[in-house]
Order: sequence, then structure tokens, then C-alpha cells
Amino acid sequence: MYNKSLKELSASLRSKEVSSVELSQYFLARIKHFDGELNSVITSNEEVALSTAQQADKIIASGEGGLLTGIPLLHKDIFCTQGLRTSCGSKMLDNFVAPYTATAVNKLELAGAVMLGKTNMDEFAMGSSNETSFYGGVKNPWDLETVPGGSSGGSAAAVAARLAPLASGTDTGGSIRQPAAFCGITGIKPTYGRVSRYGMIAFASSLDQGGAMAKSAEDAAIMLQAMSGFDEKDSTSVDKPMDDLLAGLGDSIKGLRVGLPKEFFTEELDVDIREKVEAAVDALKSAGAIIKEISLPNINLSVPAYYVVAPAECSANLSRFDGVRFGHRCESPKDLEDLYKRSRGEGFGNEVKRRVMMGAYVLSAGYYDAYYKKAQQVRRLIKQDFVDAFKEVDVIASATAPSVAFTSGEKKDDPVSMYLSDIFTIGVNLAGLPAMSVPCGFVDKKPVGMQLIGNYFEESRLLNVGHQYQQLTDWHLAVPTGYEQEA
Amino acid sequence: MQWETVIGLEIHAQLATKSKIFSSASTAYGAEPNTQACAVDLGLPGTLPVLNEQAVRFAVKFGLAIGAHIAPFSVFARKNYFYPDLPKGYQTSQFDKPIVGLGQLDIEVDGDTKTIGVTRAHLEEDAGKSLHEDYHGMTGIDLNRAGTPLLEIVSEPDMRSAAEAVAYVKKLHTLVQYLGICDGNMQEGSFRCDVNVSVRPVGQDEFGTRAEIKNLNSFRFIEKAIAHEVERQIDVIESGAKVVQETRLYDANKDETRSMRSKEEANDYRYFPCPDLLPVAITSALLDEMRDSLPELPAAKKQRFKQQYGLNGYDSEVLTTQRAMADYYEDAVNFSDGEAKLVANWVMGELSAALNQHNIEIVSSPVSAERLGGLVKRIADQTISGKIAKQVLELMWSSEHSADELIEREGLKQISDTGELEKMIDQLMADNIDQVEQFRAGKTKMIGFFVGQLMKQTQGKANPQELNKLLQSKLKG
Amino acid sequence: MSIQSEDVLKIAHLARLGIEPEQVESYASDLSNIMVLVEQMNQVDTSDIEPMAHPLDQSQRLRADVVLETNQRDVLQENAPAIEDGLFLVPRVID
Repeated sequence: MYNKSLKELSASLRSKEVSSVELSQYFLARIKHFDGELNSVITSNEEVALSTAQQADKIIASGEGGLLTGIPLLHKDIFCTQGLRTSCGSKMLDNFVAPYTATAVNKLELAGAVMLGKTNMDEFAMGSSNETSFYGGVKNPWDLETVPGGSSGGSAAAVAARLAPLASGTDTGGSIRQPAAFCGITGIKPTYGRVSRYGMIAFASSLDQGGAMAKSAEDAAIMLQAMSGFDEKDSTSVDKPMDDLLAGLGDSIKGLRVGLPKEFFTEELDVDIREKVEAAVDALKSAGAIIKEISLPNINLSVPAYYVVAPAECSANLSRFDGVRFGHRCESPKDLEDLYKRSRGEGFGNEVKRRVMMGAYVLSAGYYDAYYKKAQQVRRLIKQDFVDAFKEVDVIASATAPSVAFTSGEKKDDPVSMYLSDIFTIGVNLAGLPAMSVPCGFVDKKPVGMQLIGNYFEESRLLNVGHQYQQLTDWHLAVPTGYEQEA
Repeated sequence: MQWETVIGLEIHAQLATKSKIFSSASTAYGAEPNTQACAVDLGLPGTLPVLNEQAVRFAVKFGLAIGAHIAPFSVFARKNYFYPDLPKGYQTSQFDKPIVGLGQLDIEVDGDTKTIGVTRAHLEEDAGKSLHEDYHGMTGIDLNRAGTPLLEIVSEPDMRSAAEAVAYVKKLHTLVQYLGICDGNMQEGSFRCDVNVSVRPVGQDEFGTRAEIKNLNSFRFIEKAIAHEVERQIDVIESGAKVVQETRLYDANKDETRSMRSKEEANDYRYFPCPDLLPVAITSALLDEMRDSLPELPAAKKQRFKQQYGLNGYDSEVLTTQRAMADYYEDAVNFSDGEAKLVANWVMGELSAALNQHNIEIVSSPVSAERLGGLVKRIADQTISGKIAKQVLELMWSSEHSADELIEREGLKQISDTGELEKMIDQLMADNIDQVEQFRAGKTKMIGFFVGQLMKQTQGKANPQELNKLLQSKLKG
Repeated sequence: MSIQSEDVLKIAHLARLGIEPEQVESYASDLSNIMVLVEQMNQVDTSDIEPMAHPLDQSQRLRADVVLETNQRDVLQENAPAIEDGLFLVPRVID
């Protein structure tokens, strides 16, 4: 059951082979059984989920609904869910229950999906290993000694362990793609503006984008289709209809031009990973794709630019957590400054503090031009590189991450080396492009991901390439040892 | 040493939108605390701003009215600082790319016209309010006002006296109300004023160090605060010390300004473009639409009143200061069949006095322009005298009747019938032979006695001109 | 640019972040290392490049001026740490 595709699960629901209530109970049981060691789900929605599933069963019985009706899923705890705690992985919001639901969650609810709970994440989505969560790190089901990646590490680990067929994620610098790669699942971050940011707690507003994490490109397509769409509550939401993602999956990729950026295939890339990615590219070639080397001359500046833009935006975005209207408040503040400093000092973890300070620093008097403005200029150069590249190719392929999942604690005290684990993913966020990660093999029994980057608004083409690749390979069907058993 | 005062002003005009600048919560004044602060206004996590169209239109309208450059793209920035009435920890405001660029405004002081430069005007959100009543030693925060749209209008340091500053503020106050973009209510804080004041020796080119006086909410306070501050700065300099650049608060009770030491700490606002909002584009279509929608502006209206109605400068000025009064006046003139001067006297005189006494705005005047016009018509055609007209106005104040109906009902029509008046005069002269003799002996002032008696008899209804004419001729014999 | 302890204290104050005195050093060193990474940007000349704040070249959408919100104070204050008479309470503010 756990490894069935969404289409298969939906068919089972339609044929009454299983009810949505049973399916939800099945996955809730898996969570109870397996998540003790993984720590991927931090809030259960069991009671509400079962009543939602009952509703779904009624809808299915009446012959209504769609592919997602009655399908259980998990949401990253960055999405506000009315009535169910939204912590963003932070002590600051340990008690926060939003009085509204994020638009993306709402859309999935309207499509009939059943929310089983909320997944663990790096605090305020700041991290690449899930170790910055107030609720403790998440373990990678492929190797419990290693991290699942981050910041959507809880969602990635949960889908990898088949604790739910689907999970939402958000991606500011690779936070969907890198954990998807580390956990051997498929994750897509659409074009900036496709998924509403309303109700999604902001890290860096001009980079944040919600997306789908699933076992396959096909499942991801179904989920992304439902969660995206114009939202008048988000000024940066794009009013442009999404293609029919499912319909495009079967297209042939004969003649598809695939670009390999030479800057992404250097000695920084682990040779074993390189081999796996090149094999995946060969598979695309065998299906008729034309492979070209391309260049993104300024892409090596994406991590530096990102660590100005993202902290700058986050330093302001996180100012609202001041202990006045919601969130953690220190005990008996003696004055206003004490209230602010202790509430924020106690409520935020080290990585968040580092980035907030970094942001305050690059924006402060005298440094704006040298850092913030400079980063915005570099950002344009990086975007222009991609725009130029897409004149020559249809998609860009690379490794998603320069290494496989690293050992817990390995990079925890070395922020710069942690930041560099996102070197292949960050440029995409600066440019606002859609990109996904698909499993393409294993190195040391740890999954490797291939990143596919598409042109603006070409999610359909991306998912088509991912799906066609998954027709040729079965890496995406692999389940980590121990999790193949039933709960 | 002769000193010259240099003044620049920053005015915050609350825009008269129904909803807030970035949320759909109401901007109505005076609601229970925090009942008009929605999730966006409270800065709850995950909430996002969407810009109010009307606020943009109002800003453009203002820019056009002062002949300013309207930016085809303007940008909202975040101004970062922590304060409990600022929910997000930053104020969303325009910084280096404001919607309205350089414009100008003419003021008149002592009959001289002077042009004041308006550096810029930009859109921003208001903050909430701190209530300092004691809540067990705590301060209460009401965020109803948070997110109310403001247009901050910044002048050049072009003013050289408190009188010029006040003239400028009044001019702007009139203008924003004319444009219908701000209700101008200074008590409720809809129109607030920060004044930058410095002094320098006459003839010196560089400006002196300025002090900013915050939140002045009446024309009188502006004048007094500047006067006080200029004196203080001159004293400081003449005593050999230096003026410190700082923010000061005007204390109306003590009539003095004092330093806001608690805010002395150097602010580093870390402005940067707000990533939740995109550049605001002003299309040429919107510019044209706003240009077409501009009302006749005060200066043009004043000029027209002089020409069209033959009014003097003072009357034109008073009648055009408020758009509502100008509209009322023009309606009343129409209904009076063109008695422009007489209507002006009545609107500025009796009507304004009555409105002031009852503390009523002219838009809600109990006596409509139509009814006042009707009244003035009857003065003009001598149906009633001015004195009787005052009685009629009083009756109109508390009823719905027209002047004609009231004159009829109360029998207030003037006696202009010469036959009737002659009969009364003959009788009066016959009863007062002595007074007639005195008049004829040269004591012409005695005519007053006869007028008085006859007015008494007719309860003031005798047509005074007619009466005078008849008396003159009869008394002379 | 190397970040010193006093810089950390200054920006921690700007950001109203309470940090433990014994951590100041390590923040200074972490931030300095990040700055080394950041300053790689100086490899490229950007003098003629227009800064880019948003990934897509779009302009702000405008919302009709309509009141849609109703009083939700009770619900919105459920997360508030200290309230009285509908007001959020904070330590005494002195102007």
C-alpha cells in the first residue's frame, strides 16, 4: 500500500478497496511506528484527519471529487493551519495557533486531501540539515546517522519512509530539492509566484516558494497542480494559469535540449555523484534528448549573494516576533528593551540569530551599497545567465547537492560549509526559476539526486522530463531498509 | 545680530480611504481598541500586504494638484525599528523612490505671494497608539490605527517665518480637503505636522543646525512652537553654545519645546525595498483619469469668485478656503437669482455665526443653500428688511420651511404700500405737532423719532427706504 | 570585512537580540567567516547593473478600497501573551 502511486491510491479509494479513513489510519499507524526514531512529524492532526477522511469518503461515495480526494498528506510546519499549532520549528512559536490557514494548504484541502500532521523543519527554514529545529533533528531513513537535508527535512524523511504519500515543502535556497535528494524522493519548487505565500511564514520573501514533495514526478505533478494558483492575498502571486501538469507527463522528450552547466561539473562535485548524474543524463539522451554543455558564468557568486539577500530579508521578516502580540515572551520583563531582547534571545536559536544579525549588518548604515545593493546587482547577473542559457536549452541538469547526506553534527558548527551544501540550488531561487530533484542512484547506499531546472513557468516541461526519466529508471521506487515492512 | 529663521515642514495627511493601505480592515476613527486591527495589521506570521488602489489614486491626485512629477514606478521600502505600536518591527514606507516628486505651492502672506517648494510626497502606513493609562505599570497598545494610509508631504526649507509656515500648512490643509483625499481633522490626527526649524545670521548662505518639533496638531501651536523654538535657538547661539540636531516636543500647556531625550539614540533604520510588495506602476491612463478628476483648486476658484461674482479679495479668500463653503455659496447665489454680494455677506456673516455657535459644519447646515438663496432673494426684492431676514433665518434654522412660507405665515412682509404708509405718517404727524415743528425749525434729527414710532407700529415691517422718502417729503411740508 | 565583538553587540542591539556574553566571540568569528564568503561578490564588476529586488519583472497589483474585515479581536488575541481591555500590554513605554 505505502508504495502505491497517487493514481493507484485514488483508484483503490474509488473501487472501495480501501476507504480514506482506513488509508489515513494506515499512514497514521506508520507514523506512530516509524517516526519515533525519525522525528519527522512534530504535530499530529489525527482526530481532525479522521473526520476529514470521513467527509472524503462521502464525496467519493457520491462519485465526486478528484485524484487527491481522501489522500493523506503532511504539511511542513511553516504553513499556517487554523486550529493546529504552527511552530516553524522554533521555540518562538511553540504555542502559536494561527487563526487562518495558508492558501496552499487551503487549496489542497479543497482538493480533498487529508492532513495527517505537520513536519519538522529547520528553525524558520534556516538550515540545510534540519538540525536547527527546536524539536530536535530529523534522521534520514536511509541512514539514521545522517541528516535528511533541510530545511524541509521532515517532509523529505516522511515521504522517503512512506509515512505519507505526499508532503508540502518550501524552498528558499534549495530547501525542497536538497532534502529530496538526500532522502531519495522527488521534490519540485515551481516558478516564484506560482504557489501563494499567504500563510506561509516568511523567511526571505523574494526567494521563498512552496512546492511538492512526493515519491514520483507524477505524484508531485498532481500535488503541485492543486496547491498552486493565483492568490489575491499575495502581491507577488502570479496571475497566470498553470498548464495541465498531468496531461504533459507523457510527452516524448525526443529533441529536448538539456544543458549541463560546466560550472556545476567541477572538482567540487563528488566524483561518484558526478557519475550518477552523468548516467542519468545518458538515460535522457537515450530517450532522444540532445545534451549540450552550457555556461552560467556568474553562478559561483550565487551563494555569496544569497547570504546577503536572504539574511537581509529575514532580519526584517523576523522583527515581528517581539513577544507582544503572539509568540514567546520572556518572564517578567523589566522594561521594553528587556522584553524584546530576552523574548527574541530565548525564542530564536543560534542559526536564526546568526542570520538576523548578518541581515542587520549588511543593511546597516554605511554597508548597504557594498553588500545589499551589490548582492542585488549580482542577482541580476545570475538571472541573466539563466535567461541566456534558456535561449539555447530547454532544461538544465546538474547534481542537486555536491555530496550525499552528511553525518549529523558534521557541519553543525561550521555555517559556511553548511551553506556551501546548497551551491547548486541557490541560484535558482535568486532567479525565481522552477526546479526539481529526482532520485538518480545511490552512493554508499545513500540517495543521489539530479536537479532539473526549467525556464520560467515551464513546470509542465520539467515534470515531463522527470516523469520520462522515471519511466526509464526505478530509483524513485526504492524504499529504505526497514521501512518496507508494514507497521 | 540679525537672525533669519529657516523652516521646512513634514506633513502627514491621513488619506480618506475606507480600508487600510495594505489590508481590508476599516480606517474609521474611534472604534474600541484593536477591533479594527486584522491579522495583516497585527503582523501575524504569514500574512502579506496588498496595496490599496485608492491610496495610490489619492497620492497621484495630490501630486498633480501641486504640479509635481509623478514617478512612473515608485517603491515601498521597510524602515526597521522596534516599537510596540509598530507591529511588524518595520514601517512600510516609500524611501528613495517616492510616488510624488518635486512640486510647488503658492502662499500669500501680507499680500505678497511666495512659492514654496514641495520636495516630495510619499505613501506609508501609520503606526498604532500607546495608551499610557496605568495597566499595573504596563502600557496598553491599540493597533486600530496601524496600517492607516498616510501621505507624507515634505517641503523644501523655503519658509522664513512662523507666519509663512502657517500659511503653507493652511494652504495644504485646504488643498487636501479640496481634493477629497484627507478629512483634515487635526484633533483626530488626520493632519499632523512636524516642523524643522533653524536660524542663521542674516546674509549667511549655509543653514544653521535644525531641530525637529514633532506632532503639532493646530495652526496656533505651529505658530507658537516655532516662535518659541526660534527664540530658544537664538538664545543658545548668543550664549556661545551650539544648537543640537534633535527631536523636540512642543508642550502646549507650558508653551515651550523640550528635547525628546529618550529617542536620542542614533537610529539606523536599515531601509531596503520591501520584498512583499512590487514596484507601483502609474500608467498614463491613470494619470489622465486623475487629471480629469481634479476639482477646481482653491487659487483658481478664488480668482474666479473675484471675476464672476465681483467679490473683493478677502471675501473670495474666506469663501474658497473650504470647498464645501464655496459650493454652498455658489448654490445659494443661484437660488438667489444672482445676488452674489448679498449672499456672500449672509454666508460669511449670519450663517457662519450660527454654524459656529452650534458647532456644525457647513455641509450639514440646517438651512440649505436653496433656502438661504430664497431668503436673500426676498431681501433683494425688498419683501423683507435685513433685520426681519435675521428673524426668518432663525425660524428656518429650526424648520423645513422656505423663506417665502415663513414670511407669509408670520406676516413679515414689508409694508411698501405708499398709500398705507402715508396714512400712518399723516396720523403720526397729527398726533405729534411739536416734533413736526422742531423738525421744520431745522432739527432734522427728529426724523429718527418718526421712523422709530412707525417701525414700532408696523413691528419693523415698514419698508425703510420707502418710509424715509415719504417722511422726508411730508415733514418738509 | 572582519566582524569584531563590538560589531556583534551593536547589531544584536539593532536587532534586539539578547545573546549570551560568552557567545559574542563565536558569533563574531562565524559572521566574519560568512563575510569572507560574501565578499567573493567583489570578483565581478557590477557598476552598470540595475539592482534586482524581485525575481519577476512585475508591478504591484492594487486592491479595491473595500472594507472586508470584521472585528476578530478575540480570535486574533488568543495567542497574545498579555492583554487587558482588548489592549496588548507591554512594559511601560516612556516617550
